Amino acid sequence: MNQAIDSAMIAELREKIGRLEGRPASQRVVLPFGVDVIDRHLPGGGLSLGALHEVAAGGNGAIDGAAAALFAAGIVARTKGKVLWCVTRQDLFAPAIAQVGLSANRVIYVEAGDEQSVLEAFEEGMRYGGLGGIVAEVAKLTMTASRRLQLAAETSGAIGIAIRRWRRQTEAADFGQPTAAVTRWRISSLPSRPLPVPGVGRARWQVELIRCRGAEAADFVDAFGEAQRRRLKSPWCS
Amino acid sequence: MLVTRRGSRREIAALDHVAISVGLRKGMPVSKAQAMIKSLHVSDLDAAGDREAIERLALWALQRFSPLVAADQPDGIVMDIAGADHLHGGEEMVLKKILSQFKAAELSRKAALADTWGQAHALARYHKHPAVLIEPGQGASIIRDLPLPALRLPEATVAALRTLGFETIRDLASAPRATLTLRFGPEIGRRIDQAMGLVGEPIEPVELPEIIEVARPFGEPIGAADTIAKYIRQLVERLVSDLEKKGLGARRLDLLAHRVDNTTVTVRVGTALPIRDTKRLTRLLTDKIEKIDPGFGIEQLRLRAVQAESLDPAQMINSLVDDADQDVAALIDVLSNRMGQGALYRFAPVASDIPERSFQKIPPLSEETIGDWPSKWPRPTRLLPYPEPIETMALLPDHPPVWFTWRGVRRRIKAADGPERIFGEWWKTDFEIAAVRDYFRVEDETGERYWIYRSGDGVDPETGSLKWYLHGVFG
Repeated sequence: MNQAIDSAMIAELREKIGRLEGRPASQRVVLPFGVDVIDRHLPGGGLSLGALHEVAAGGNGAIDGAAAALFAAGIVARTKGKVLWCVTRQDLFAPAIAQVGLSANRVIYVEAGDEQSVLEAFEEGMRYGGLGGIVAEVAKLTMTASRRLQLAAETSGAIGIAIRRWRRQTEAADFGQPTAAVTRWRISSLPSRPLPVPGVGRARWQVELIRCRGAEAADFVDAFGEAQRRRLKSPWCS
Repeated sequence: MLVTRRGSRREIAALDHVAISVGLRKGMPVSKAQAMIKSLHVSDLDAAGDREAIERLALWALQRFSPLVAADQPDGIVMDIAGADHLHGGEEMVLKKILSQFKAAELSRKAALADTWGQAHALARYHKHPAVLIEPGQGASIIRDLPLPALRLPEATVAALRTLGFETIRDLASAPRATLTLRFGPEIGRRIDQAMGLVGEPIEPVELPEIIEVARPFGEPIGAADTIAKYIRQLVERLVSDLEKKGLGARRLDLLAHRVDNTTVTVRVGTALPIRDTKRLTRLLTDKIEKIDPGFGIEQLRLRAVQAESLDPAQMINSLVDDADQDVAALIDVLSNRMGQGALYRFAPVASDIPERSFQKIPPLSEETIGDWPSKWPRPTRLLPYPEPIETMALLPDHPPVWFTWRGVRRRIKAADGPERIFGEWWKTDFEIAAVRDYFRVEDETGERYWIYRSGDGVDPETGSLKWYLHGVFG
């Protein structure tokens, strides 16, 4: 009995908070990962659309952002419509992006040349509303810039993913600075399990949810198991 | 060789490089030239025809490169690219494009980009390089060393100045102005000032007769950004209704702002597909408002559709199911007008085994490409622009390295897959007949994965240098 009242109260409170945040919680649309462990943890059962999300990669990935790019591509691959991908300088290898299920026909790249223009293009895309998702690779993301992006996402309902990628390993400490992003992830590679024969095993990721509005931070080690990985069409599985 | 008549004398007016190489010069009597070379091909100079051809060329350039183009008779055209270079990706790219398009049209060409008409004129004709790009403010010192004819002075004046011992523009510029003016009139001083940028020289642009254009003069000059935006909107509305009558859509729009000080500021915007949507066209133009410097005020705004293509009314699709693929053309136009047309693209597969050749950039709104990359083999998320040499320790011929050093960090290899052998494309270049790359996918102690290759098959030095390179990073 007591518990029933509690959960009703909590639901009511949630709605109240949602209203304070700008729109009714019932209208929040999410994009589930299709991976139970993660979806159960996230409020609403998935990544909210119409929001800014942040992804960085650990270790050497802070510089090349390879795992983060695959993670982002895997997410926007499951949306509908074109995807805008903004970079300063192009070094994505298109076949790899196609391998995680994001067809080359859907991705429009913007090679902006400098950080400021990347953010401009990112915001323009977020405001536009007719896109499935927008991905941008940026090093610096200030509170002001991220708030603008978050507001743009809320009005258009598009999902925006900022891949944080730095020039030097030491600059990666910048990831500790707060931003207005709804969720913040860090993807690190783990050594694969040794195979009985020579060769490289299946890639393993440590997916850290560092910050999430409305949920606790969490760690998902190797959550993208074989089955889910295929459904997520995220990284290459051998 | 072309011949013109001066008085009773027939002399050479223009000649090709073959004629120059055998020692003929401009201004030489024809009889002398014919005495030197027997099989000389001589025809009369068609001065009027040439002038017309230059005018036509100017119109052609107007549609492609710049809103302000004029014929610089008798042998050139001049353009003000200040408002349009962003569409081509900067000044250098404009220059390259102009040269390559003239080359494709099999015209001989020299081009220069400088602060003033005078400088560009002189550099294009008298600089030893066929293409010159001068940084702002640098032109004046460079043209000082050019010969006198570069100043666009009458031939008689040049000849008289030569007799007096003037050879270069430097000599003339440092001579006292008053005596020169007394003897030759104000022309010399004016030309020097124009070349140095001390006196303005507006371009009297060519006009396309059949162009769709709307204009709005102002009794009281305007200057505020809001006011300009308001009138841009009105002009777009009128232009759109004109376009609609003719069944056209705009591909390229020029906005010309005539200022009270008799200069024209221009803005050019392009679209990926023909459109005649008031809202979208207004947005594209108002995006550029900060580029319009109103100076002391704008007297007249003109808007013209330099390039228009037919756009038939299309039926609105009305279905119960939401169309998933929404139109992104408007966004593409906004972004490409801001960043240049080359900045937006899609990737399309190319049938090649060599990783850096297996994709190409295509315009963002091209047709969907059919076919995909082979999905059987793992491919790295990031491909380095150039393979980077790494230091390794490896057992030849078909073992992956035991460790490698990349960017100063040494990594032990725990597991590896490979080799995946890729052969050179001998049908492209002769060098690749025997070339081979052996790719390995390797994982280091921390679980990071790299794509490395050895140039050569490990046995035969003809197939490659046997050096190791890192080419990509897996996610």
